[in-house]
Amino acid sequence: MATTTNTMPAGTSKSAGTSKGAGRPPARAGRTRRRRNALTAWLFALPFVLIFSVFMLGPLVSSFLMSFTDFTSRDIDNPLAVGFVGIDQYAALFRNPQFLHSVLNTAYFVAAGIPLTTVLALALAVALNNGITRFRTAFRVGFYTPVVTSIVAVAVVWRFILQPDGLLNVMLGWVGIAGPDWLNSTTWSMPALIMLAVWRNLGTLMIIFLAGLQSVPADILEAAEVDGANAWQRFMKITLPMLRPTLLLGTVLLSVGFLQFFEEPFVMTKGGPLDSTLSVSYFTYNQFGFGKYGLASAASYVLFVAIALLSLLQFRALRSKD
Amino acid sequence: MTIPETSPLPAPAAPAPPEPTVAAPAAGSPGNVTAAVVRGTAPVPAAAAVKPPKDRNVRRRSGRRAPARRTLTYAALVAGVAATLLPFAWMFLGAFKTQGELLRRPITWWPEQPTLDNFLVWFNELHIGTFFLNSVVVAVFTVLGNLLFCSMVGYALAKMDFPGKRFLFLLVMVMLMVPGVVTFVPLFVMVSKLGLVSTYPALILPFLAAPMGVFLMRQFIMGIPDSLIEAARIDGAGELRTFLRIVMPLCGPPLATLGILTFLGSWNNFLWPLVVAQSEDMYTLPVALSLYSTGQNATDYGLLLAGSVLIITPILLLFVALQRYFIQGVAATGIK
Repeated sequence: MATTTNTMPAGTSKSAGTSKGAGRPPARAGRTRRRRNALTAWLFALPFVLIFSVFMLGPLVSSFLMSFTDFTSRDIDNPLAVGFVGIDQYAALFRNPQFLHSVLNTAYFVAAGIPLTTVLALALAVALNNGITRFRTAFRVGFYTPVVTSIVAVAVVWRFILQPDGLLNVMLGWVGIAGPDWLNSTTWSMPALIMLAVWRNLGTLMIIFLAGLQSVPADILEAAEVDGANAWQRFMKITLPMLRPTLLLGTVLLSVGFLQFFEEPFVMTKGGPLDSTLSVSYFTYNQFGFGKYGLASAASYVLFVAIALLSLLQFRALRSKD
Repeated sequence: MTIPETSPLPAPAAPAPPEPTVAAPAAGSPGNVTAAVVRGTAPVPAAAAVKPPKDRNVRRRSGRRAPARRTLTYAALVAGVAATLLPFAWMFLGAFKTQGELLRRPITWWPEQPTLDNFLVWFNELHIGTFFLNSVVVAVFTVLGNLLFCSMVGYALAKMDFPGKRFLFLLVMVMLMVPGVVTFVPLFVMVSKLGLVSTYPALILPFLAAPMGVFLMRQFIMGIPDSLIEAARIDGAGELRTFLRIVMPLCGPPLATLGILTFLGSWNNFLWPLVVAQSEDMYTLPVALSLYSTGQNATDYGLLLAGSVLIITPILLLFVALQRYFIQGVAATGIK
């Protein structure tokens, strides 16, 4: 930085702004220059900062404030007149059986969906990386396709497939299984949505794991092989430990997404039957629809805290072994 | 905060080209090699690193077992891909069937009397042109905004010193963890107070500069050598000129990634448009399909499947054409 200031001849400066400090003593020129640099930097950041403040940070803060008030849809015109209710909304939330039900549903979805997606994605990534030598691109494109498609469009065909006498049950019938009425059964609606979510998220995780597998050094694997380690031992003792940062990234991203579980029930079951697929996000959305904005904000912050906690927990679990 | 350490980003590691040549780096930077390895198609490093032990393994010990296992792997992968793509096949086939055939049991596989009626309804009665145009307008503006604004702030965060820099970056990283429902309610309250419901700005503005894009651009620009930027400054270029003439031309790969991922997100975005696009002339494609599929057409499967095909086809074509950038982007950022 300093060299730039000293060596730059003012005459060669083409932009009007940079030539000003040339005649002053170095210290003051430096300070002026720093201030001008800071101004330039903030000008570069300005469009983002504006959008970020108005449409992200502002709502984030006002949602937090709203969760301590009795804000409803009638208060939109005069938001400052709402009553402050302290933690009443949170207390009401944890007494609300429907909310507690939605917490259990979300936990069910996360607890089943994350291990299933992770294990399948890891198996796929290993198979694509080590198991085959040709058609890798074709397989990758195939498995990744569900990720790029619109959930609304996909829901149409999945609802059709999951009908009692639809494609899935016809195919299950081939192997002698009488499939249930997936989306209208309180027992099977959630497994059906988990199946859909795994299908939609497998591709992303597979790509992340593939990138991680590429960074496992081949010479270590080779050395282990020379020492007599079989494929399974090499995978468990070398590949998996070296893959830990990638696994961490993958599972954290996945759980941030899965905890917000919303679109699948919204387009497939509307949260039913009998709230069996009502997630926390969906509960929040419903409260918003009823105009109970204070309660909705409180529920959304509970979810936010849960996401932060789970991420922290995963970092501890996967980090601490070193 | 934590994501940057673990993410397998090609960008920060990329020491960029040694010579300040502006045209070359797209092909030569290590960032691209990483991406190529991820793609699995990069023959040189990947094959050289992985193949020799494999071949020796095959020759030395499990001479007969390895090919058998490989065949098994292929069979399992083919079955997996078939299962993954089956819903799409079912969608495309169904879109050409008549309502009678769709409701008939046992189910039919190939359309017995292929018909275009389902598509014609969308074009003639349901104004799909309007919805398509809305989707395109929203996506294009969102992409352009992200490309410009995210790289501007990314440049400032990566290559400039200013008070509040660390705090700004921290805020961006925190925002990545915030679930959508948290900001949803106040955002809607604000948009309706501003009288923006059912307007393009309501559909575009909240997505115009995503924190993820800022993170992506910052990471890449950090990899551009300082000497290059210093040289430009010594030559008398202002920051704007340095940014436009030196930094941006080097940012091809991350801009491609950002553009594609933003387009995808915008095209498939559903909940926000559903809430703020309240008049039919502002519906985007997913909103239109979702409203038709819950309204009086809820059981008109042929129509809905045709609508699905119409939404999915453009993005599928884009994906197949640009798949390497899609996949490189996901590997780089860890997001879809």
